[in-house]
Amino acid sequence: MNKLVEAAIPRTSTPSQNESRAAMPGLAHMATRGLFKSYQKGAIGIPVLQGIDMTVYQGEFLSIVGQSGCGKSTLLHLLGTLDQPDAGEVYFEGHRIDHLPGASRDVLRNRHFGMIFQFYHLLPELTTLENVLAPALISESMLGYWSRRKQYQLRAMELLDMVGLGGRAKHKPRELSGGEMQRAAIARALLRQPKVLLADEPTGNLDRSTGEQIMQMLRGLNRDQGLTIVMVTHDPFIADQADRIVRLVEGRLTEGPLESAANPQRPSGLIA
Amino acid sequence: MYKFLLCLRYLRTRYIALICIISVTLGVATMIVVNSVMAGFTHEMQARINGMLGDLVFECRSIDGALDADQHIAKIHQIAGDSIQGISPTVHVPSLMYIDVRGQLLTKQVTLVGIDQASYASVSQFGHYLQHPANREQLEFKLRDGGYDVYDSQASDVSQLKERWQMKTAGWPHRRQMARLKKQRQSQQRTHPPYDPGKAKDQPVRAINPFAAIAGSIDADAGTSQTGDFDPATQTHVGVVLGIGTCGYRAPDGSDHFVALPGDDVKVSFPTTSLPTKVINEAYTIVDVYESKMSEYDSNFVFVPLRELQASRGMIDPETKIGRFTSIQIKLAPDVDAQLVRDQLRDAFPAQLYSISTWRDKQGPLLAAVQMETAVLNVLLFMIIAVAGFGILAIFYMIVVEKTRDIGILKSLGASGRGVMGIFLGYGLSLGIVGAGVGMLMGLAFVANINEIADLLGRITGQPVFDPSVYYFSKIPTIVSPVTVAWICVGAILIAVLASVMPARRAAHLHPVRALRYE
Repeated sequence: MNKLVEAAIPRTSTPSQNESRAAMPGLAHMATRGLFKSYQKGAIGIPVLQGIDMTVYQGEFLSIVGQSGCGKSTLLHLLGTLDQPDAGEVYFEGHRIDHLPGASRDVLRNRHFGMIFQFYHLLPELTTLENVLAPALISESMLGYWSRRKQYQLRAMELLDMVGLGGRAKHKPRELSGGEMQRAAIARALLRQPKVLLADEPTGNLDRSTGEQIMQMLRGLNRDQGLTIVMVTHDPFIADQADRIVRLVEGRLTEGPLESAANPQRPSGLIA
Repeated sequence: MYKFLLCLRYLRTRYIALICIISVTLGVATMIVVNSVMAGFTHEMQARINGMLGDLVFECRSIDGALDADQHIAKIHQIAGDSIQGISPTVHVPSLMYIDVRGQLLTKQVTLVGIDQASYASVSQFGHYLQHPANREQLEFKLRDGGYDVYDSQASDVSQLKERWQMKTAGWPHRRQMARLKKQRQSQQRTHPPYDPGKAKDQPVRAINPFAAIAGSIDADAGTSQTGDFDPATQTHVGVVLGIGTCGYRAPDGSDHFVALPGDDVKVSFPTTSLPTKVINEAYTIVDVYESKMSEYDSNFVFVPLRELQASRGMIDPETKIGRFTSIQIKLAPDVDAQLVRDQLRDAFPAQLYSISTWRDKQGPLLAAVQMETAVLNVLLFMIIAVAGFGILAIFYMIVVEKTRDIGILKSLGASGRGVMGIFLGYGLSLGIVGAGVGMLMGLAFVANINEIADLLGRITGQPVFDPSVYYFSKIPTIVSPVTVAWICVGAILIAVLASVMPARRAAHLHPVRALRYE
């Protein structure tokens, strides 16, 4: 299954090119068309997304903002194939991915997408190093992992060093602070060299200064490695640090000029 | 790989799951102990029955027997010659035995068995169960001059045994002593006049012995069917070997007491083979006592020489001198199928006249009862393990609920539903292995030290666990069968795995997004 999925998605140019901060409206890395999603609360259906058309360009740092509970996370989950839309399509590198069988979507999430969440979600029984290794542990069988473990461990330690947790490899998550846990989660998300990083309120549970650190890290990844990042946040200050902002209001996207926190503008209507 | 790693971590960190495995551990340990003890008892029992009866019993349906044992034996050899290791004719007749115990007559209903000294040892281990070492080598129906075992020769640990002090003088010494005492009593009776009811009323009333007539006939010097000048101090009647249950009893403290010893005389009444049936009394002298540890035999069978019994019952043809017999006991070579030979013999001898059975057929009900007991115990104990399974199911369900967010994360990282299910199945399997493993070690340790544990329990509670007056074993017999132990462990592990299926499936079907959002 792995091989099929790999073949279906042709390798585009490597993401580790130095591209300028402003994203080129060139290659579309991800796109959605007419996404609809609603949740069932008992007998009542609550519509969340009502026709989302958007494009994520290669190497850009995109921010999706909106009120809490308006469906930003849902959109992110749909992009990451964690969930399936009621209607509409999701594209990755030109290929449709929302309708793929479960196993293929598992591979996408394991190899091509990296995800970080508001609540870090490290496995408490594993050490920090093992948490970072998790994507490899999941996709490899026992024999496979055993034969490649040196490579994986090397890469994991590299990543931990990069995020500044080199000395905490053997510690359990409960011994780490919030900021450290989020950094570990970022390292985990990067283990398999994903093409897109999906971040769901990454600073939501952190204080201002720690949040700043995290944002610095993300900006660095985007700038130096050309990693495409889609970030969901409700904090306009955080959102500001991205290349481009889209706003989710009442289930629909608006994309206005870059808004500053001091001068929020009202959305001027539907813009595709 | 993540499944294995997580399984191990869960095993180490979740003590509550280990606690619910305790039921499995105890169930496995108990099943191993029970099966070992039952197997030990059954094996002992079967060995003794087989030892006493031989492999095949060839019986005549008539109490008067059939003529010419040798001819029958020859025919049996013709049919199954290669399989036969030993063969011996016997006469069985139901009878009443009288033992004089200090003027009181003890009556016992026994089966009198006439055996051929020369060949009986080849079919029956009966010789091993005798009390005199010389008789164990070669049984002779002769009274020995002392030397009877004072301790049970079959016990493995002599230190635990109580001495049978009465046996110290058994044999000729005892016989001579009893003869001397009788002579003394007789001379005393002559010097002191007997009670005269006509004289003083306040003379003590001597109780009249209602069995005096028969008792008197047992007294050797009062005269028997033999001539009046039988001297018990130097002569014996025909020898008889009694079962220990017919002439002795065990006190609650474990010591054995005898009401009659080798050297004493007994009287036996049995029917002859003439028509109309006559009942005759024969006097025998006890020459030895056998103890097979099976109360059914020890309390019911007494053995005399075949030829003498045939003569008493009129079973010897006056012209040809060939005797009648009522049964032939056969010992087969090892690894011969007894049922096959039985069927061969059944085909050759008409069923209306002859009954041919294997030793298992003869004891069928007893062995079947023990089998059933074992089966019922196994079912009940397995239920205990099954109940433990429900505990595992409940605990796992809670663990899955607790781990909902973690499962969501695993799925977001690319774990499949199958994989997540595998974590919990693996967890169930490892718990089962740990529980069954510890249970197996506990059970085997218990079995290895079972006698010490029984003693300890006996001392703590004040009651012996295995009352020596009820059970004939001085040590609890156990046999550990590796196959049984393996099956028990496999069954327990299976239950643990099955119990984890439902929670594992729930984990597998959790929706990643809902799982991630779980509060």
